[in-house]
Formats: sequence, structure tokens, C-alpha cells
Amino acid sequence: MLRYTVNRVLLMIPTLLGVAVLVFFLLRVVPGDIVEIKLRGDGGSVTQETIDMERKRLGLDRPLLTQFGGWMVGMATLDFGNSMWTERPVVTEIAGRLELSLQVAIMATVVAVLLAIPMGTMAALFRDSWIDYTVRILTIGGLSIPSFWFGMLIMLTLLALFNWLPPITFTPIYVDPIANLTQLIWPALAVGYRYCAVVARMIRSSLLEVMNEDYIRTARAKGVYERLVIARHALRNALLPAITVIGLEFTFLIGGLVVTEQVFNLNGIGQLFVQSVSRNDFTLIQGMVMLIAAFYVFVNLAIDLLYAVFDPRIRYNA
Amino acid sequence: MSVAETSDDLRARQDTRPQAAAPLLDVDDLHTQFSTARGIVRAVEGVSFTVDRGEVVAIVGESGSGKSVTALSIMRLLPRLTGKIPKGRIMFDGRSLLDLDDEQMRQIRGRDISMIFQEPMTSLNPILTIGLQIKEPLQIHLGMTDSEAQARSIELLQLVGITDPERRLDQYPHQFSGGMRQRVMIAIGLACNPKLIIADEPTTALDVTIQAQILELMKDLSRRLDIALVIITHNLGVVARYADRVIVMYAARVAEQGPADAVFHRPRHPYSMGLLRSVPRLDRPRGGKLETIEGLPPNLADASTACRFAPRCPFRVAVCDREPPLFRTDTGSLSRCHRHEEIAAGKITWSSDGGAGLNFAANTTVPVLSVRHLTKSFATSGGLRRAGGTVRAVQDVSFDIYPGETLGLVGESGCGKTTVGRLILRLEEPTAGEIHFEGVNLSTASPAELKAMRRKVQVIFQDPYSSLNPRMTVGQIIGEPLHVYKIVDGRDQVETRVAELLENVGLRPEMAERYPHQLSGGQRQRVGIARALAMEPSFIVCDEAVSALDVSIQGQIINLLEELQRKFGLAFLFIAHDLAVVRHISARVVVMYFGRIMEVADRDVIYGGSLHPYTKVLLDAAPVPDPTIERQREPRLIKGELPSHLAPPTGCVFSTRCPQVSQECREIVPPLEEKRPGHFAACIKV
Repeated sequence: MLRYTVNRVLLMIPTLLGVAVLVFFLLRVVPGDIVEIKLRGDGGSVTQETIDMERKRLGLDRPLLTQFGGWMVGMATLDFGNSMWTERPVVTEIAGRLELSLQVAIMATVVAVLLAIPMGTMAALFRDSWIDYTVRILTIGGLSIPSFWFGMLIMLTLLALFNWLPPITFTPIYVDPIANLTQLIWPALAVGYRYCAVVARMIRSSLLEVMNEDYIRTARAKGVYERLVIARHALRNALLPAITVIGLEFTFLIGGLVVTEQVFNLNGIGQLFVQSVSRNDFTLIQGMVMLIAAFYVFVNLAIDLLYAVFDPRIRYNA
Repeated sequence: MSVAETSDDLRARQDTRPQAAAPLLDVDDLHTQFSTARGIVRAVEGVSFTVDRGEVVAIVGESGSGKSVTALSIMRLLPRLTGKIPKGRIMFDGRSLLDLDDEQMRQIRGRDISMIFQEPMTSLNPILTIGLQIKEPLQIHLGMTDSEAQARSIELLQLVGITDPERRLDQYPHQFSGGMRQRVMIAIGLACNPKLIIADEPTTALDVTIQAQILELMKDLSRRLDIALVIITHNLGVVARYADRVIVMYAARVAEQGPADAVFHRPRHPYSMGLLRSVPRLDRPRGGKLETIEGLPPNLADASTACRFAPRCPFRVAVCDREPPLFRTDTGSLSRCHRHEEIAAGKITWSSDGGAGLNFAANTTVPVLSVRHLTKSFATSGGLRRAGGTVRAVQDVSFDIYPGETLGLVGESGCGKTTVGRLILRLEEPTAGEIHFEGVNLSTASPAELKAMRRKVQVIFQDPYSSLNPRMTVGQIIGEPLHVYKIVDGRDQVETRVAELLENVGLRPEMAERYPHQLSGGQRQRVGIARALAMEPSFIVCDEAVSALDVSIQGQIINLLEELQRKFGLAFLFIAHDLAVVRHISARVVVMYFGRIMEVADRDVIYGGSLHPYTKVLLDAAPVPDPTIERQREPRLIKGELPSHLAPPTGCVFSTRCPQVSQECREIVPPLEEKRPGHFAACIKV
């Protein structure tokens, strides 16, 4: 098990290296130039000389491979460089936003999983009853309604009913939990709905499949209480595929909340992404892509290790 | 009851109870239905039978005859939404099971009635330890504490012959072989000392030597612990060896039931007669053509007031339009046939047209296929705990097949017989050795020669359900190779040829329009054969080509294969695990074990005077459908299971299980030697 884990962790290095190469060179291929945007973006006329000097200052005049090498060496020493736009360290830029995004993602996950397990289970156990139909209608809604639209709906409802809107400045949860939650619970609900729908449908279908397995029949033939048949024999097997979905959705939330953040006016990773891309802020984009890629790889590793915990077949054979 | 009681106390308590005259289980006029998209399927109609305490009763029948549904009805384990018992009564030990509520029924399941299922590979929960799964009924029904249940579980594992039980309890199902898992299932079934065990095809998924071990174990336990046993099976040999009484089911109804001797020796229903005649048998001289029951079983969604067997019965008369009741016959059995008296009087006998069907004698000395020192190793990747290694699936296999000949290749699962077939088909590259087909060495053949060879070497697969593309019509499946190899030109020509091929395999040309799911298993296998024939091959690998089929259908397909062989002069490599089927169809037989050839000889030599201890054990383990013979012989069981490919035995591969093993056997790999003319064996003891 330990060797397996170490192997998997070591395998992350080439994966991330591949991401680094791709993002670095793809960014260079995309047209647009940060210096041009920075100095001429507001229509002001700046001499070519000034632009060249700024280029030189940012190191953009060096050969590509030298730039890449410098970036790699920096990353190896945990120095991700400074944002080309704000001149602040990339780490600082990201850290402030990540706190918010991570909290929304975690809250959405908790809400979604807590709702999805009972919903999926009940729908499967009472298949084709009114419970199942309700769950199926709710979840198909979750899949087809875009999160940002659902978010707007939440905002409008709050405004119409209470004439109140959530605060727009972020307060960390350790500073003022109430203020923090009143701001973030709404986006968490908006994206959690979709999340919950995906997971609930997964649990429903995998539980339906498991309930037809021979070992469920064996458990019943042994005279095991029906509740125990479901909790011990069926659900534990049915949750395995759901773990994958939960993990993938979670990583998606870290990097993919672009529009929902706009709706709730949140200053999260998504916003930062849009800004830095529109400014061609190479170092910041690179840093963010690396962060999200690392996140994906870690979560996938966590999923695989969780699988091994739940499924002895993987633990002993792999 | 006190939890401190041991199994012996429990047994003693039961023995002091007065032996009631009433049977333990009394099923009366049971009807079971399923509602499906195609309407109501009457899976069981008016089945009645009794089981006495300690008795072994077998329910035999083909797939869809209602035998498993009968068992599930007794256990009340039918699918909740679709399954229903509209009529009937099931009395068990003085209680009417159909009148109990769910909780009362749950208390009976696993406590008084246990059930063992067909598939040991899927019947245990993969993510729970064996220990937990055995302890579950002990704690639920007997209220044992964890340590009491642990002690009893160890006792149970010992009882079913699993060594090192303390350690085994902490393991998971995937760490057990199929045979071992079935032993665990039996241990679970025995846990609470039930009065009745229902075993649904308990050995169908197991190898013949393991099957013998499991059946002996079950019979021994039922006798020792006085447990009544209901065995559901399609294998008539198993019935003959173990059952006191037999119930033959056909199309949801009982066709005949009675003492095993009566049903086997003097059957009084045409279906039982036909069934017994259509099995290839090891205990009788090999006849010519197999007897078959023509046609297919009826669709149970159609209601019928006629005799269910009438459409396939060679003896049907006008009165057969009415459903016959169960008549008591002269042998003491019950038969659902209007003409049972005529059968008893010997006026009706199943006609025999034997004589045909013998193999070609090889009239040439040039083999069509020649295999020399064939070896195939697979690399295994290192897992979490073990390093990678090589698995030698096939080692040093050599044989010849002559034109028009059938070479049988028998062995248990994992012996490498399927790999040999795949190597010949060039679906796998051999690690070493040569294959010559019609004089061409396939290892050095040019692409054009290989293409020609692929056309002339065809295959028929085991599973007719998964080996045909579900989205293609029968006509497209058979026609595809005709287009690819440009065997005929033009659409009309292809259609004509497809119709011709369908006719060859006994299907109507209209079948070309159908999709595989619209066909029965036997019909699909015929399509598979027609597809192989489309290429005008000279050699066909039949990989377990009839093992997925019901007995009466199996006979039809074997006869078809033999007929086609005569007609087109085909050579077959017939890979199978069923010794009787191989004996029937083969001219020569190769016996494989653990990747190596153990013995090669003419069929009659193998089955009459085999030399190798493994062949003897294999033949001994296979039950024959005759209760008298089965009761007289004491099967020589071999201990143990197939060795692991990751830790292969040194010396002779069979040395770990061989009854005649000596130190020398563990040191020397015995070469395959010609012990008598044409008779090769790999054993230093013969």
C-alpha cells in the first residue's frame, strides 16, 4: 500500500511537468501582449522604446527556453514569480482568492453529499414510486439549470422577499462566521444543487445495479434485516462509483466558478482567472493553471486511495 | 434458546422432537408469475412436491423450466415489484410460508431454510470479510456474541474443509478460488443448523474435480446433520449420484416426479425419456448420432391449455391438446402424460437411428494443422504486494490434426486449453514453438499467406449471447466475411449465399432479417456456426461451443457439427470441459492440465484405458446419469485445487494433487512419451 502510494505520488511529477510545458508554450502562441495592454490599453500613445524597455524589465525579450527554464527553476524553489500586472507575488494573488473559492467548494460538497446520499438511496429503494419521481425531477432540474441562472434566481428571491442582498465583501470565516456564511451560503447552494443532482443520480443508478447483485440475494437468504442489507451490503458497494464523481466535481468547483462568481460578485479564483487571461498576465495564468492541475492530480490520488480503503480487491491486488 | 448451545446440542434438541409424519416441506399447487413488458410470464404453474426430513430431492430441468423460480418462491425471495404468487400453499415444518409476514419469513431464512446459489464468484459480498459474512446469520438468528460467532465460524470452516480457518476469516472473497467460495457459501448455509438447504445449481460454475468435492461434502453433511437437501440442477449425472427423489420440470410444470431409480431407469414421460437419451454418456458405448428433442421450449408468456411438451413430443396424439393431470404410474412416479400407460407397456419407445455420426478415419498422413512445442507466457505486472512475474499459460504443447478429424481438447479451467485455441487462431502470438497450417509455418508466413490462413481457420465461441454483434442482423453477421473476403460478388449473391448457409445450419432463410436478441441460445449458436462456414474453412476451433446450451439443444448442435464435418470434410479442434461431450464428438483426445499435455490417445483408449493419473481422476469425478452405477462406485476424490500460476509446482505440474505422487515426481518434469502405439502420456509412473 505504501509503495503504491509513493509510486502514485512520484508519477505526479511527469504529469505536472507536462502541464507546465503545455501551458507555457500555448500561452506564448496566443496573440496579445501584456506590455501592449498595460501601456497602450487605455488608448494612450507610448513609444516603442518604452514598450521594449518594459519587455526587457519583465524578461519577455529573452529566448523562450530561457524564460521556461527560469520559470521551472523558480517553481522548483517554490518561487512562482510576480504577477506581470500587479507586480505582487503570484502566491499572494492566488492565496487571497483561493480561500474563498475553497470554502465555497467545500460547503457545496458538504451540502450536496449530505442531500445526495439519502435522495439517491430513497429513489433507488422506492423505484418508480412518487419518491423516485420527485428525486428524478429535482435532479434532472439540477443537471439542466445552469448554476449562474439558479444563482440569479436566489438573489432575486432574496431581494423580493426580504429586500436584502448578501454582503459583497469577503470576510474570512475565522474573523466573523456569520458575515462569512451570509455571503457564501448562497453561491454554495447555487452550485451545490447541480453537484447534488449529479451525485444523487449516480448513487441511485449504482444502488439499483447493486440491489440486483447476487450477494444482495445471498444476504436476504441469510435472513439479514432489510435495513442492514441496504446499509452494510448494498450502500457500501454503491458508494464506490459516487466517490469518483464527488472528487471530480469538487476539483471542478475550484477552477470553474467563473460565471457564478460574477453573479454573486465574489472575488474568487474564477474572477482572477478571467482578469489575468484578459491581461495576458503570463506568470499569474501559469501559476493558476499549475495550482488547479496539482489540485486535480491530488484529488484523483485521494479518490484512488479512498477506493483502496473501501474496496479490498484494490487494496490487495491493484 | 441459550446462546451457549453448540451445534451438537442443537442437533440433539432437534432429534428429541417426535418425528412427525408430515413432510418437512410440502409445496402444493404453486403458481408463480412475473409481470414483464411482454405481459404476464407464468414461470411456475401448479407445482406440487414434498421433501421429508433428511431427504435429498433434485429438481431437474432446462433453463426457463421454472426450477430456480420454485426455489425462490419457497424462500419468498422473488423480485418484490414483478414477482407474485397468485395461488398455492407452501407448508414448512407446520407453518404456511405464504401466510407469514416479512419479519416472520426473515426469521426463517438462514435459520431454518438456507440457500446456496449457483455463482460462487458473485454470491459473496466483495467488500466484506468472509468472517463477517459467516458471522452475520449467527449473530442475527442465534444472538451470538462476536467471540461465540467467531468460534462457531472457525468450526464451520473446518467442517467444509477450509484449512487455516482463523486466518481465512479475515480475508475477502477475491482471495478465494471458486471452489473455496462455494465452500464458504455452504458454511454460511450450515451456520444455524437449518432443517432444509436449497442449492440452486451449486456446482455448475465449478470444474469437475471441484464439483465432485463440493457435492460429496454436501451429501456427507446432509447425512451427518440430518439436513434435507433440495438440489436444483440441469446435470443429470449430479442427480443420479445424489438424489433420493427427482422432480423433472418442463415449461413451468412438473413433467415427472418420483424415486430416482424409477425416473432414470423407467421414465414415464416422453420429456424425461428424451432428456436421458440426449445426454452424451460416459457409461455407455459411444453410439452414432445423439438423440435429440427437436424444437424449442414454449414461450411462457403464452397461455396454453394443451400439454406443454406436445409441440416437441414425437408421440403426440389428439388428446394432447388437453393439459394432462399428473398420473400415478406403474413405477410409483407421477407423470404428466396421457400416454404413460403405453410408455409403461413398452408400446412407445424413442426411436433410435444410430449408426451415423462416426468420425472420418484419417485417410491421409498429412496433417491439416501441426503444433510443435507451443509455449505462451504472459507477463504479470507487479501488484501492491507482489513483484511481477511470468505466467506460463501453455508449455511445450505439440499435436497434429488431420483433415476431417475432430481432436478433443479437455481440461479444467485455467489449464490453457482456450489459450491454445487463441494461439492457433493467431489471436495471440506464441512465446515459442511453431504452428504449421496446411504446410505453412505461421510464424514466418507472409501477410498474404496469413490472410489466406485466417479465411480457412475459423472459430465458434462459447457464449452465443455475447459473441454476436447485437446491432447487426443475422444476415449482416453472416454476410460480412463474404464482403470482406469477396467470396461472392453483389448483393443478390450474398443474400443467396446467406440463405444457403442458414439452411445448412438448420435455420429458415427468413432468420436473416432478425437480430440476435430475437433468437434463442441454440439458434444463436447456429448463426455462429453459419458465420464460420461462410468462409469455407477447412479447420474450425470450437471453443466450448456447446457448453452454454441446454441438454436438448446441445445434442442438436453436436449433431449439426458432425453433419457439417461429414459434408464439408472439416477438421475440428473441439475445446471443452465436458468429458462426455468430448468423448462423443472426438476421434482423438488431448488432456491438458496446468498448461501442459498430460495424455494424448484415441478416444476409446482415453475413455477405456487411460494411463495418466490425472485423466483417471477426471473421468472418475464426472458423474454419469445412472443412479445404480453412481451408488455402487465410491468416487476417488482428489484433494486440493489447481496450483497458483505465480508459484507453479516443481517437477510434474500434477504432483501437488496426484494420488500416486512420489519424491521423484516433484523433481522431474515428465516428458510426453509414447507409452503404447499412438498413446502418449506425461507420467514417470506409467
